[in-house]
Amino acid sequence: MGRTLAEKIIARAAGRSSVEPGEIVTCKVDLAMVHDSSGPRRHKAMLNQLGAKPWDVSRIVVVTDHYVPAFDADSAAILDLTRKWVRDEGVANFYDMQGICHVILPERGHLRPGIFAVGGDSHSPMAGAWGCFMFGIGATEMCGVLVTGDIWLKVPPTHQVRWAGRLGEGLAAKDIMLTLCREMGLGTVRYGVVEYVGPAIAALSMPERMVLTNMSAELGAQTGLIAPDQTTVEALAAAGVIVSDALSWQSDADAAFAKVWDFDASRLEPQVAAPHSPENAAPVGDYPGVKIDQCYIGACTGAKLDDLRMAASILRGRTVARGTRLLVAPASQRILAAAAADGTLAALTAAGAILMPSGCGACAGYGAGVLAEGEVCLSSTARNFKGRMGHPGSSVYLGSPYTVAASAVTGRITDPRPQLAEKVAA
Amino acid sequence: MSATPGTGRAFVFGDNVDTDALAPGLYMKGSIEALARHCLESFDPAFARDVAQGDFVIGGENFGMGSSREQAAMVLRQLGVAAVIARSFAGLFFRNCLNLGLAPLECAEAGRIRPGDALTVDAIEGRITNRTQGQSYPCVPIPAHLLEMVNDGGLLPHLAKRLKPGTAS
Repeated sequence: MGRTLAEKIIARAAGRSSVEPGEIVTCKVDLAMVHDSSGPRRHKAMLNQLGAKPWDVSRIVVVTDHYVPAFDADSAAILDLTRKWVRDEGVANFYDMQGICHVILPERGHLRPGIFAVGGDSHSPMAGAWGCFMFGIGATEMCGVLVTGDIWLKVPPTHQVRWAGRLGEGLAAKDIMLTLCREMGLGTVRYGVVEYVGPAIAALSMPERMVLTNMSAELGAQTGLIAPDQTTVEALAAAGVIVSDALSWQSDADAAFAKVWDFDASRLEPQVAAPHSPENAAPVGDYPGVKIDQCYIGACTGAKLDDLRMAASILRGRTVARGTRLLVAPASQRILAAAAADGTLAALTAAGAILMPSGCGACAGYGAGVLAEGEVCLSSTARNFKGRMGHPGSSVYLGSPYTVAASAVTGRITDPRPQLAEKVAA
Repeated sequence: MSATPGTGRAFVFGDNVDTDALAPGLYMKGSIEALARHCLESFDPAFARDVAQGDFVIGGENFGMGSSREQAAMVLRQLGVAAVIARSFAGLFFRNCLNLGLAPLECAEAGRIRPGDALTVDAIEGRITNRTQGQSYPCVPIPAHLLEMVNDGGLLPHLAKRLKPGTAS
């Protein structure tokens, strides 16, 4: 009987030749990532209480991204505590205000196919695009990992999600993902693994693949995976990571999947998820005339270089509608620099976009850019739970960077394809 | 909670109760006491004020979906909630509950519980008794060793107790 990619990684980390879905095993952790909200702020006191030290600081990555830059005395104190803990413990892998943790990990060469990793954040499955088994845990469990270097888990079943065809012009991974949220639902997978395969997935860039594994969290999955291919190998090399066995991390052809789901990307339309759930996704044309106060291109899910370029391809030569504001928070400082170098940033700001610091910001209602009661936002982020981006009486719609940018131009939820086509013709 | 706790009232919510509703991001940088005052306010502004020690929170499918923030479980404990009873739980939240000392009870018949019903729970036997409606529902039992951790207040107090000289078993 063949094995899934998830089972192979778990078996390797558990020191076993193979594992079966449903059995409980203990795995050695190759990488533990925490950020300023879930990290030292929470685990420092716990470690002190136990009189324990981190098991291996070389395997720990700390990122400040939630409270950056500090916006009041409390957030400044959280960042201060984080910096001091990192210094006192000698954590070399510390990225202070350099970007969002899930984007920092591959950008700085911390991911390699086949590793078993945990993160103090629910969007940790984002690393699955690089063939890593990475899942989110709470701060108390993270404390356990920091002390012991291992963690137990119940081997999850794998759902294979196949996407035939190829995305059309003006379509993005986000449209695939919102379709999945609607078609699969948020609870169906029940802490299983979602593995994405098929020609439409293979055609995606790494940043686009990361949207799918990131939002596997929204499908209720423990993690999401995309097996490495040549695109992965090239992206790893660009990050300075050379590994010989990258392509060996694949599900076997005769692996047993809990369920196989089939979709076709060819006829997909841009999708928008209505408040207050990613599950409320429908074609963009189903929202005629919905007026938008704020457009947001940000967060781990929606502000990578590809996302900024998608927005720029719409906004070049256009301006944000009066009465609507467009906030852009690039997902990392390196992405910001790349966007500045290739003209993407200039296209965005010339159109009237307001540039925000790299960080989680408004997506989780932490930093600047949150919403007032009654305000409506269209966002390239992952979640639109009630009140997540500000007042409980605010509303958030989710869409691709194309759709967010096109809607910023009109001030209403808008199909990006006509604007894109007009641009191409011009 | 113990195997045979007292009676508590039911506060009923729907499917997909999310972590941002349990522990809103706007208040995450404050203390647990302050955060708890906003628990579930986007669904029921009166919940945090009305809930009392020993009460129960009832959910539908996928309770606790969303963030890894374990404050979502901590605030319920802070408010005195004895257990969460739901048709199903988000995996990350389920782990956090046990680690933070809050019993997550999976119950296929959770949908029969109405707001204000008086409940008692036996987590070891896996049984929920609805005294108001005169009904009884099975729930997935919590293994004794995990329930001991829950009763100790979660993983940290449990470990501290075990590591304390002279009390280790």
